[in-house]
Amino acid sequence: MAISLDEVRHVAKLARLDLDEAEVMSLQTELNALLGHFADIQSLETKDLEPILHASNLTNVWSEDVVGTSLKRENALKNAPVSKAGLFLVPMIIED
Amino acid sequence: MITTLTAAEIAAKLRSKEVSAPEVTKAFLDRISTEDAKYGAFLAVDSERAMAQAEDAQKRIEDGTAEPLTGVPVALKDNISTEGIETTCASKILKGYIPPYDATVTAKLKAAGAIIIGKANLDEFAMGSSNENSAYKLAHNPWDLKRTPGGSSGGSTVAVTAELAPLALGSDTGGSIRLPASFCGVVGFKPTYGRCSRYGLVAFASSLDQIGPLARTVEDAALLSNAITGHCNLDSTSLPHGPISLDGLKGGSLKGMRLAFPVEMYGDGTDPEVRKATEKALDDLRSEGAIIEEISIPTIPLGVTTYYIIAPAEASSNLGRFDGVRYGPRSQGQGHIDVVAKTRAEGFGHEVKARIMIGTYALSAGYYDAFYLRAQQVRAAMTQQFNEAFEKYDFVISPTAPVTAFELGALSQDPMQMKLLDYCTIPANMGGFPAISIQAGFAHGLPVGIQLMGPHMGDERVLQAAFAAERVLETQRKRPPIS
Repeated sequence: MAISLDEVRHVAKLARLDLDEAEVMSLQTELNALLGHFADIQSLETKDLEPILHASNLTNVWSEDVVGTSLKRENALKNAPVSKAGLFLVPMIIED
Repeated sequence: MITTLTAAEIAAKLRSKEVSAPEVTKAFLDRISTEDAKYGAFLAVDSERAMAQAEDAQKRIEDGTAEPLTGVPVALKDNISTEGIETTCASKILKGYIPPYDATVTAKLKAAGAIIIGKANLDEFAMGSSNENSAYKLAHNPWDLKRTPGGSSGGSTVAVTAELAPLALGSDTGGSIRLPASFCGVVGFKPTYGRCSRYGLVAFASSLDQIGPLARTVEDAALLSNAITGHCNLDSTSLPHGPISLDGLKGGSLKGMRLAFPVEMYGDGTDPEVRKATEKALDDLRSEGAIIEEISIPTIPLGVTTYYIIAPAEASSNLGRFDGVRYGPRSQGQGHIDVVAKTRAEGFGHEVKARIMIGTYALSAGYYDAFYLRAQQVRAAMTQQFNEAFEKYDFVISPTAPVTAFELGALSQDPMQMKLLDYCTIPANMGGFPAISIQAGFAHGLPVGIQLMGPHMGDERVLQAAFAAERVLETQRKRPPIS
């Protein structure tokens, strides 16, 4: 099993990474090296095993439905590269 | 000299009024400003804020409301949120980011009167094992400045090793506290998953991440563990238990203690000199009455591969939030997707991109069952095998790392070798088990660490056992060649 350059470009698109060609090439090599090792875990008999999703064994953690304190709007916006009228300004999504 | 003292010693001198909190903080700030240029431990130091905290701490000492860590400086890994102090995760994508809130651990330390002395260097987003992936600067091992301190909590570890801070917090996803502790000859502890709140820890792999202490002694590590743990309703994976207790820390004995040594912990890459130092440490523990038996945990060799599916998969999702909208710089581009893709390509370093790519691939259509689900089943098998070991033994013991600290740049062309550094530490993250690394001895003139792992919620017992083991192995400890 090997990953092609086109697959690397496709995954980069899914991951929202605008990679240059040099990065695409080097990541292809790295991904393929790692994929070789991924085969190691296929040999273990795991049919009856429930996958572990996290290690704390907690389910359905609820808290009381009460109003708490939250960040002030101006503090939440302080680190935004662009904001306007008390809102985060996102890049254009829908064309005029 | 104040800076050579342990946290416990500093706390005692503060209580007896031999020194004041501002004197202590100033001593460390001065040492950081003259020495850190050669170590690269800190990314940010806010002296003014630290001195103000020290003044407040002194008031508490005077009026009798001081807690054990009041007036004691702590360095925080720079992936832990600190209100008002830049927090970058050593990434360009968070350059200039000033958190509007404190992580739970930061808030707890402030409430305890501890001094936030600075933000420590790390591998970008805690991804790496040598601190070489920091976007800002290298960190250097105080035992030999040409060598790595290990990672990803490299700066935190260097800070305590070079006596730039008596205590530091790191985070551990696959060994990022314990590996550098081993490379620098200090103590690094990863608590049971869920004992320490992850709120305000910038997420890497949420099912594996855990914050923990770095210190020069087990007692200091325990003091810091006590201050930062306990239930937190801002983290839904936080366990409903109180803080790690200090009761009985010094009351343990090695006599009759049952330790399992999984033979698989000596993997193919184990340096024979590390093995020799480990065997010597095991013999020393045996001579004090510990019973150490070899066992087999067959899934251990699958740990690294399993980790390199689960951790990148979770990271690829967690790092989706860095899109140049709410924080960090934004790149120019044509339309939303292009702007986001360019922001991320310019903001993330190579290793972070590689892990996002691996994770995105492993989770993408057609591969989920073969990779991610399969890895989580291997994780289940591994956890079960360790739990079986803990039914018969008090602890699992092993080397912390297969090798000693290597020269900076030596593994940069060998990513697989770099990944294998976490071979012995990954199982504790997989199962959420508490695990500590303490110094066992030396190989090639460099420190070698030994790891003790305990069952879930066995944090207190792990610390107690490590405290007893530290007494026995003490003769093998030395101070690093620092000025």
